[in-house]
Amino acid sequence: MNTIVTALGTARARRLRAALTVLLATAAAVGAPFYFAPFQVFQLTMVLLYAVALAGLNLLVGFGGQISLGHGAFFAAGAYTAAVMLDRYGTGHLATLPAAAAGCFLLGLGFGVPALRLRGLYLALVTLSFAVFLPPLLKRLEPVTGGSMGLTVDKLRPPAWSGLAEDQWTYFVVLAVTTVALLCARNLLRSRAGRALRAVRDNESAAEVMGVRLSLHKTLAFAWSAMFAGVAGCLYTWVIGFVSPDSFGFVLSITLLAGLVVGGLASLYGPLLGAAFVMYVPSVSQDLSEAAPGVVFGLLIITVMFVAPTGLAGLPGRVLAAVARRRPRATAAPPGPAPGTGSAPEAEPGPEAGSGALTTLTPPGPAVVDAEPVGAPPRTEKE
Amino acid sequence: MLKTTALRAAAAATAALLTATACSSQRGQDAQDTAAAGACKGQQTTGITDSTIKLGGIYPLSGPASAYGTISKGVSAYFRYVNDKGGIDGRKVRFIVRDDGYQPPKAVEEARRLVEQEKVFAVFQTLGTPSTAAVWDYLGKQKVPQPFVATGASVWGTDHKHPWTIGWQPNYVAEARVYAKYLRDSKPHAKVAVLYQNDDFGKDLLGGFRKALAGSGVKVVAAESYEVTDPSVSAQMASLARSGADVLLDVTTPKFGSQALAADARNTRWNPLHIVNNVASSAAVLRPVGFKNVQGVVSATYFKDPADPRWAKDPEMKTYLKAMHEYAPGTDPADQFNAYGWAVAASLHKALDTMKCPTREGLRDAVRHLKDVKVGLLLPGVTLSTGPGDAFPIETMRLMRFKGERWQLFGKPVDTRKEFGPLAK
Repeated sequence: MNTIVTALGTARARRLRAALTVLLATAAAVGAPFYFAPFQVFQLTMVLLYAVALAGLNLLVGFGGQISLGHGAFFAAGAYTAAVMLDRYGTGHLATLPAAAAGCFLLGLGFGVPALRLRGLYLALVTLSFAVFLPPLLKRLEPVTGGSMGLTVDKLRPPAWSGLAEDQWTYFVVLAVTTVALLCARNLLRSRAGRALRAVRDNESAAEVMGVRLSLHKTLAFAWSAMFAGVAGCLYTWVIGFVSPDSFGFVLSITLLAGLVVGGLASLYGPLLGAAFVMYVPSVSQDLSEAAPGVVFGLLIITVMFVAPTGLAGLPGRVLAAVARRRPRATAAPPGPAPGTGSAPEAEPGPEAGSGALTTLTPPGPAVVDAEPVGAPPRTEKE
Repeated sequence: MLKTTALRAAAAATAALLTATACSSQRGQDAQDTAAAGACKGQQTTGITDSTIKLGGIYPLSGPASAYGTISKGVSAYFRYVNDKGGIDGRKVRFIVRDDGYQPPKAVEEARRLVEQEKVFAVFQTLGTPSTAAVWDYLGKQKVPQPFVATGASVWGTDHKHPWTIGWQPNYVAEARVYAKYLRDSKPHAKVAVLYQNDDFGKDLLGGFRKALAGSGVKVVAAESYEVTDPSVSAQMASLARSGADVLLDVTTPKFGSQALAADARNTRWNPLHIVNNVASSAAVLRPVGFKNVQGVVSATYFKDPADPRWAKDPEMKTYLKAMHEYAPGTDPADQFNAYGWAVAASLHKALDTMKCPTREGLRDAVRHLKDVKVGLLLPGVTLSTGPGDAFPIETMRLMRFKGERWQLFGKPVDTRKEFGPLAK
C-alpha cells in the first residue's frame, strides 16, 4: 500500500516536471528566432532538420538494431523529390512534403526486403552501396536533376501577414514539421509496432515465439526510417534552396550515423543532441585549430564516446549515478531501480520509465547482455 | 529527490538566463549595415572603413578536395605582406578563412556566418563549382560581392542574373579553345580522342572544344567519360586506343590524369599527341608516371610556375618566395596552388585600387571594368580584362610542352577572345 502511494506521488511529480519541461522547451524554441541573429537562427533550423533524419535513423539503429550507412541517400532522395517538383512543376512548397515522405517510404520499403535476409554489417554494406551509387546516378540523369550543377530552387518566403523575416519564418515551418515528426516517432515507439521492434532487437527468436512477424516489422522499420530521412531532405531543400549530387556524398550517411551514436542511441531526445553536435562541433573545432579541423573533430567524438558511452543523452543519468555512488550507501540506495543507475531507464521512454515500479518489467538481465544485438545502446557497468 | 532538485535548479537557471538575455537581443545587429555619403550616396560600406577592409573566404580545408585548401595560405600570405607595407590604399586587410569541407550546405552556413556575423565587405573566393553555386543566390540577394571564385565553370561569366559573382581563372571553354586553335593550326586534319570527367568540368571543356572545332578539318572521333568515383580509367583508355586517333585530349583531375598518362605510356602501339588539361598538369601528376614517359605532352597555362627555374630571377616571383617564407612558414612555396592564391589576391588588390567608390557596389563594378590589368605572377601577355558583355577576367593562355624535367612554353599567348569572339551561353 505504502509503495503504491509513493509511486503515485512520484508519478504526479514526474508529470508536473514533464509539463514544466515541455513549457520551458516550447518557450525557448519559440523565443529563439526573436533573440538570435539570423545566421544563428539558420543554424538552429539546420539542427532541427538533421534531428528529423536522426530520429528516423534512430528508429532503425537504436530501436531496430540494424545498421544503415545509406541514410544520406534517402535524405538525398527526399531533397531531390522536393527540388524537382519545385523546379520542373512549380508546385508549392507544402505539396513537396507528402510527396517526399511517401516516395522515400516506398523506397525504404523496397530496401527493407534485403534487410530481411541480411543483418549487421552485411546490411550496412548494402545500404552503403546505395549511398555511393546515388550521386553518380543523379549526375547522369541531367534532364531531370540538372546534373552536377544541381538545381537552384526558391526558398520559403514569409507571407506578409506574419511580419517575420525569412529566416524566422523558415525556422518556424521547420520547427513545426520537426515537432510533428518527433512526436510521430515517439508515438510509433509506444505503439504495438514499437514494442515489437524492440523485442526483435533484443532477441529475434524470443520475439518470434511471442508472435511478432519479423519480416513485416523489419521492413516497416526500414521504410519509416527512410521516410523520416526523406522528410528531412525535403526540409533541407526548403532551407538551402540548392541541391547538387556532391551535397549528398556517402560522408553524409556516415555523419548521420556518427551524430546518432554521439547523441544517444534509442533515446528520444538523443537525435536533437546529435544534430546539434554534427552542426556545431565542426565549426568549433575549426576555431580551435585552423590547420586540422578534422583531427579536432575526431578527437572530440572520441572524447564524447569515452566520457559518455551511452551518448550525450545518457550523460546526465551517468553523472547522477556516479554522484549517487559517492554518497554513503545507506542513504543513497533507494528501493527498486534507482533513477539513472545506467542506460536502461534513460533508454526506455514513455510510461514504462515513468511509473517507477513498472520498470522492473524489462530488466536488462545478464542473459540479454550475452545476446547484445548490433546497434543496441551499449550497456554500462552495474554495481 | 536529488534528480528533482537538480532539474529544478536547471530550470530556474534557464529561465533566469532567458529573461536576462531577452532584453539584449542579438537580432539588433542587423542595423549596423552602413551606407556611404557624398558621391557614393546610398551604397553599402559594410566591412570597409578608411583604415580596414574585412574579407572572407570559404575553402575546403578538410574533406576530399582539401588539397585545394592551401590556396587560402597563398591568399593570406599576400594580404599579410600587403598589410606590412601599409595595406591596400591605406586599408589593412583582415582575411577570414572558413572551412566548408567541399560540402554545399556547409558553404551556405559559412557564407551566412561571414555576411551576417562577421560583416565582411566581400566574400573573396569560394572554391569549387558546387559550393559556389550553392551560395551565389544568397550573396546576390544580400548584395555582397563574390569576386574571383576559384572554379573555371563558364556559367559564372555567362549568367546575367548574378552580377555580384565573377570568376577569375580562364574558364574551361577558353582552355578548350586554346587546344582547338593549336590543333587547327598545327594538325588541320587531326582525329581526336577525348577522355573526360563526367561532370560540369568535363562537359564544359568538351562542349567548348567541339564548338571551337566546328567548320575545321579536326574531328572528334571518340569520347569516353569516367566518374570521379571510378577506381581507374584503363578501360576507357583501351577503348580510345582502338579508335586510332592521332591526338588524345585528356580532360581529367589529377588522380585520373596520372592514370591516363601512365596508360598512354604503357601502350606502345598507340602514340597519339597527348594534350593534358591544366588541372592535371602539375609536377605532382607527372612525377609518378616518370618524366621520361611524358616527354612531348602538351598543356596550357596562364600563371608562373614557382617550381620553374626560368622565373627564378623574376622580381614578382622573388617577392612571392620571400613573402611565403616570412608569412606562411611551413607551406611549400613551390606548390602551384599557393602561387595561385597569391596571384588571385594580387588581382583583387588591383581591382580594389580601381574602385570609384569604396563600397560593395564599387567593387562589383570595378571587377567588371578591368582594362588590361597586369598582375606580377601571371605570364607575360596574360592580363585581366572585363567589360560590358565580357565577365571573364582571364581568357588568354599559353601552350607548353613537357621537355626534360619541366614544362617549356611555346608559341604566342593565345587570346581566345580575339580568336573566337566573346563567350555566350
